[in-house]
Amino acid sequence: MAPKRKPRLSVWKFASCDGCQLSLLDCEDELLAVAGAVEIAYFVEASRAMVKGPYDLTLIDGSITTAHDAELIKHVRRASKYLVALGTCANSGGIQALRNFKDVNDFVKAVYEHPKYIETLKESTPVSAHVKVDYGLNGCPINKHQLLAVIQAFLEGRPPMVRSHSVCIDCKLRGNVCVLVTGTPCLGPVTHAGCGALCPTYHRGCYGCYGPKETPNTAALAAWFSQRLGMSEANLVRAFRAFYANAPAFRQESEAHDK
Amino acid sequence: MTNKTINVKYLARVEGEGALNIRIKDDAVTRVQLKIFEPPRFFEAFLQGRNFTEAPDITCRICGICPVAYQMSSVHAMERALGVTVSAPVRELRRLLYCGEWIESHGLHVFMLHAPDFLGYQDAIQMAQDHPDTVKMGLQLKKVGNDIVTTLGGREIHPINVRVGGFYKAPRKQDLAPLVERLKWARDAAVKAVRWVGGFDFPEFQRDYEFVSLRHEQEYPFNEGRVVSNKGLDIDVRDYEAHFAEEHVGYTHALHSTLKERGSYFAGPLARYNLNFDRLTPLAQATAREAGLGPVCTNPFQSIIVRAVEILYAVEEALRIIEGYERPEQPAAPVTPRAVTACAATEAPRGLLYHRYRLDDNGVILEAKIVPPTSQNQKVIEEDLFQFVGPRVALPEDKLTWQCEQMVRNYDPCISCATHFLKLNLERL
Repeated sequence: MAPKRKPRLSVWKFASCDGCQLSLLDCEDELLAVAGAVEIAYFVEASRAMVKGPYDLTLIDGSITTAHDAELIKHVRRASKYLVALGTCANSGGIQALRNFKDVNDFVKAVYEHPKYIETLKESTPVSAHVKVDYGLNGCPINKHQLLAVIQAFLEGRPPMVRSHSVCIDCKLRGNVCVLVTGTPCLGPVTHAGCGALCPTYHRGCYGCYGPKETPNTAALAAWFSQRLGMSEANLVRAFRAFYANAPAFRQESEAHDK
Repeated sequence: MTNKTINVKYLARVEGEGALNIRIKDDAVTRVQLKIFEPPRFFEAFLQGRNFTEAPDITCRICGICPVAYQMSSVHAMERALGVTVSAPVRELRRLLYCGEWIESHGLHVFMLHAPDFLGYQDAIQMAQDHPDTVKMGLQLKKVGNDIVTTLGGREIHPINVRVGGFYKAPRKQDLAPLVERLKWARDAAVKAVRWVGGFDFPEFQRDYEFVSLRHEQEYPFNEGRVVSNKGLDIDVRDYEAHFAEEHVGYTHALHSTLKERGSYFAGPLARYNLNFDRLTPLAQATAREAGLGPVCTNPFQSIIVRAVEILYAVEEALRIIEGYERPEQPAAPVTPRAVTACAATEAPRGLLYHRYRLDDNGVILEAKIVPPTSQNQKVIEEDLFQFVGPRVALPEDKLTWQCEQMVRNYDPCISCATHFLKLNLERL
């Protein structure tokens, strides 16, 4: 009997800071074990060896912001059996989706001397706006332990188990004093867990970098910020229009205050 | 007579997406283009209208490998302009955070990205089959750096604890204590790392570079100092834009930065080392000399040794800071915004990182300018390749291509930063 082939892993970068794919290289204790369990077939940041598809597991880092990338993602999808979108960029468009609220031509002119050299789309969009995504792991950046759990679930042929509650639950589990109650604006009640409630643990309010949780009541939280903490409409817009600006729940809430 | 094009479509083992295109006609190099096609993300544009307090959290998203550098340049810019002085322990904690980032970033580059070139491996995973103990040591060194950033910043990528004025929460002495034993191990490992990379074969290559970095009165530079060069530049950072210009060339999404008076210049670990050797610790100096480096090194291929020396320095500096640390009474100094222009430069792992902001009376950002290290080094990389490829045009294509890639990786280019990457295209016409 022929030996079973190791699953082929590919990692692709689109518009991003690189942090989510770096998370794999940041698994210092587990990286060599992962490399033993899969064939790293395409991972440009880590290797010169670039093996053509098909790939069994594909990780996508980054959002789609150019016509070239909109074509490339289709090619990557065709070559991939199971495709995982990593982080806010691949799942919602990232911080660069702030362009979606403005005229991108103004952005080009603000940064570049010769706008005609720059090729870019009007909006920064998630991978799911272009192709089918099999699983989305959120965060800015993702939690590397959750990434390992997703890879392990794939290798075991089962769906990943990532908890979908809010940051608030993690705060309670850590025994933190609620920063919102003590007067600090905190997006924890509407934000997806995964970071371990880091910001409140460090005595600051959550700024929503894991994106909206399922069914978030953003309007109630915005009302609290406004009525009890005296937050201005401009700051409400900024609070919801940041690392997950383009995620529908946060987008709607920021637009409700952007008059 | 050889005519050809070297074309590296996607440059590997660098951070972000770029390409290299070298044209050779009649045995002579006629054109070198380092193309950074990483899609632009327009940070400087969308910073307009944000609060000055958001700058450290937003700008760190420019780069997952050196987020601390973006946080440090932004907070120092705001604080310089707003007249904020941080307490001595907060200043030390910021140096400690930077030590963590240098160890993590240099550890990644030395062991995972650059060493495989010298030993002929496609990647560190392949290298680990023949050199398991060294690769494991490199990973653990990198981890020590990440553990410093995590302890102080909450997480290794995009730390959450940095604010204008200081930190949200200052660690207790006992929070830092577990790092001490790990750092003592790391000090021995870093010495071994310098010896290991010092034993590699280095291509003969020298140029008369202008090196640019910060220089501080007493310390090896992280957050403070004057902007100096080996050719007479010695300025306060507020005069940076009087001396440096950015140019938008058509084939790359990263702006080319040059010295107005003299053109290209070299930023990064090699520049810092050459301009600040006397500020290194005695052990770092002695270990560098033992590995064959003098106080000045002008072969960019040896930058891998310098990175290992800087890991050693950062480990020793981290130990010094932790051992002398006393928790500050307040984690942050109060900050009151007003209409100002704010600028600062700090030493990112890859070199000088300049930020400038213009604020209104309420602290809303009206304008932002960010000059990352890789855009400063683009021109010098192209010039290096021009000179490097000339005598080597007869080499087989695959070998020449690999050596050109290795040359680019001497600079540890960070393309996400610079675009705000690399394909090699070797054309023999």
